[in-house]
Amino acid sequence: MRFALPLALFIALGALFSFSLTRDASLIPSPLLDQPLPSFSLPSLADPEETVTEHALAGQPALLNIWGSWCAQCGTEHAFLMELARNGVPIVGLNWNDEQASARAWLERLGDPYVVTAVDVEGRVAIDLGVYGAPETFLVDGGGTIIYKYIGPLTPQVWRDEFMPRLAQLGPGGAGD
Amino acid sequence: MVAELGQIALIIALVLAVLQGVLPLVGAQRNDAALMAFARPAAVAQFGFIAIAFGILVNAFVLNDFSLTYVANNSNSELPTMYRVAAVWGAHEGSMLLWVLILATWTLAVAWRSRSLPEDMAARVLGVLGLISVGTLAFILFTSNPFWRLQPAALDGADLNPLLQDPALVIHPPMLYVGYVGLSVAFAFAIAAMLSGRLDRQWARWTRPWTTAAWVFLTLGIALGSWWAYYELGWGGWWFWDPVENASFMPWLAATALFHSLAVTETRGLFKSWTLLLAIMAFSLSLLGTFLVRSGILVSVHAFASDPARGYFILAFLFVVIGVALALYAWRAPGLDTPGGFQASSRETFLLINNVLLVIAAALILIGTLYPLFVDYFSGAKVSVGAPVFELAFVIPMLPLVALMGVGMHTTWRTGNVRETLARYKWLIAAALAIGIALPVFGFGAPGPLTVVGTTAAVWVILASLAEPVQAAMGKKRLSAARMGMHVAHLGVGVFTLGVAIVTSYGIEADRSIRPGDTVAVAGHEFTLNRFDTVAGPNYDAIRGTVAVTRDGEAIATLLPEKRRYRLQQSPMTEAGIDASLGRDLFVALGDPLGDEAWSVRIQYKPMIRLIWLGCIIMALGGLVAMSDRRYRVRESATAKAGARDAAAAATTPAQEAG
Repeated sequence: MRFALPLALFIALGALFSFSLTRDASLIPSPLLDQPLPSFSLPSLADPEETVTEHALAGQPALLNIWGSWCAQCGTEHAFLMELARNGVPIVGLNWNDEQASARAWLERLGDPYVVTAVDVEGRVAIDLGVYGAPETFLVDGGGTIIYKYIGPLTPQVWRDEFMPRLAQLGPGGAGD
Repeated sequence: MVAELGQIALIIALVLAVLQGVLPLVGAQRNDAALMAFARPAAVAQFGFIAIAFGILVNAFVLNDFSLTYVANNSNSELPTMYRVAAVWGAHEGSMLLWVLILATWTLAVAWRSRSLPEDMAARVLGVLGLISVGTLAFILFTSNPFWRLQPAALDGADLNPLLQDPALVIHPPMLYVGYVGLSVAFAFAIAAMLSGRLDRQWARWTRPWTTAAWVFLTLGIALGSWWAYYELGWGGWWFWDPVENASFMPWLAATALFHSLAVTETRGLFKSWTLLLAIMAFSLSLLGTFLVRSGILVSVHAFASDPARGYFILAFLFVVIGVALALYAWRAPGLDTPGGFQASSRETFLLINNVLLVIAAALILIGTLYPLFVDYFSGAKVSVGAPVFELAFVIPMLPLVALMGVGMHTTWRTGNVRETLARYKWLIAAALAIGIALPVFGFGAPGPLTVVGTTAAVWVILASLAEPVQAAMGKKRLSAARMGMHVAHLGVGVFTLGVAIVTSYGIEADRSIRPGDTVAVAGHEFTLNRFDTVAGPNYDAIRGTVAVTRDGEAIATLLPEKRRYRLQQSPMTEAGIDASLGRDLFVALGDPLGDEAWSVRIQYKPMIRLIWLGCIIMALGGLVAMSDRRYRVRESATAKAGARDAAAAATTPAQEAG
């Protein structure tokens, strides 16, 4: 019997792992889903005198994208964000944990897909949003409710599979085309 | 076109792996020599095709073929050639290809060195290695293909993660993988023993050098990673109890326990089922390490991009490999143990204690690493386990281990006499106590109790390890290479422990704000920041500080800490300025600009920190010396003779046991 003990322990451990995989942070629905976007008031990257609030996303479905110039994966998704912006999807940027000079240089070099970028100087808003790592993208409906959260770089496939159906449910007047 | 050839080579390798995994195992079960004969040629051919695939990927990196997604994501035309080659294993897909290449290389080595094994044992070992290769190759081809094309091709690549652009990181992952994957050989030997029902002392003799070899690489790989973290991450620590570090450390502990247990199995024919379990555990923990890094279930600075599909595949693979192994163990191991006694103070007892303590240490680290998952499971909360918890949990089993090591290695098999051993070495013990107290007191200032315990245990192990080699050097004693290797490795443990005890007790860290022209005093040294320069590297720009260090007005060193900004990824990297010597390291790392020419800097004084890595190198050296022992190079005739003797002396089969 004692020789079967390792097997039993391993099976218990395996059950834990399968559970953890389903709880993978990129898969679990954020506790913020169907909740109103936490309110914030942050300086704008383009002009620190200006203030950006959660109302920047109001009025129509929009994306809130958390990024930093230090984040390699953000570079991967940047071209696709530019494409979304060209197609009329409003994207609000949240610049996280970054130096403002390099954040501005990044947008100058790669293009600016954002309607406006808020600078999360103290990282407070990122904590409120439960940010796990950059990039992360929240889909917020016109009334300011979080519909969906995606962790990792946005790709056309993710957009098609995860974002488009949810936008379609929000009805006409959804983001972009 | 060439990249497609790489893919085809991998597919052929998969087919060969299936053949190597299935036919020899079936052949061994049916005693069919023709099927068993498949094992070696299949292993050689599989290695050839994997090497071709790997060569093609290296070539794609060197030639900047940005039509491959993997190359475009992880390289850049400005990247120096050395790092372009290293970029091959800089991310998930390529590192898996390296993993399977290393597995194929170990398999090739086993195929080449297994001429002296009985045909069915060789066939089973190679068969099991073939099955592991099937899983890994399928994983690469179905979820992580490095030869994926990018349409349209990128003009230039996104560059290699700047953290990885470092000479130590060029060799750290391969070293670690050679160690991880090398444990698959001991695993395959364990499975073969359980399948055949034959586990004798000869089996332990075959398995031992393979285990030691894997352990040597694992030791060096972990030490390299620690050294890199020390000078590159800018914090000046040498171990962070990060989940991924733990993932490499747990197999190391299990492998260490394994070859100590193998020593008992080889010499006395005991601990057989325990040895089998350790062999399974060591490789399982290696696989777990791979799983944790790539599945994204634990948060770590080392983590590769996570992808649930990969996580599920690896989980399924783990389930099959470990589950089948443990089920086989539950079924077969009960019949393998042979009765045989030993007295309470014999070497067997000490090795048993060694095993128990090492396994406890590994278990504590496993629990600490997985604790966040447990909490998530039961309460849904996200927590993390900090370094202080790990340090405490680790020191509790390790201090007695180190202290007992010095006694255990001088006791004899079967009927040791601890009292006699202690009496023989009473002067050494007294000397260890004197040095253990004097060194911290006179070298560094008033020590705490734990410091004295640590230094005394360390000095005791150092002296105890030197005792026999010194006698041998004076011609009073002859030592086998295996025994000499043991002493050298234990000397390494002592040196390592001394380094840890001193640096943890007396290391000084100071965060200061400093302007050009300012001087700050830390640990009796004056650090003067002379100026800042801007320097341009091949793919980065850096700000370099020039810091002159003096002591009582006497110039000691000039340190050049850098803050690099890699152009493409725009990520800041810290290159610490370090003046290293055996006695102490002086360490300056630039933090962030505070405006008005002022910078935050971290200045550290790290006494004897070099002993930590030196100790690891000595341990690995000990492993090499032990492997060179003549008895592991026995020719076929000698093997056959020894085998027959052992079979008569110790071997039993489940059938005999049952009957």
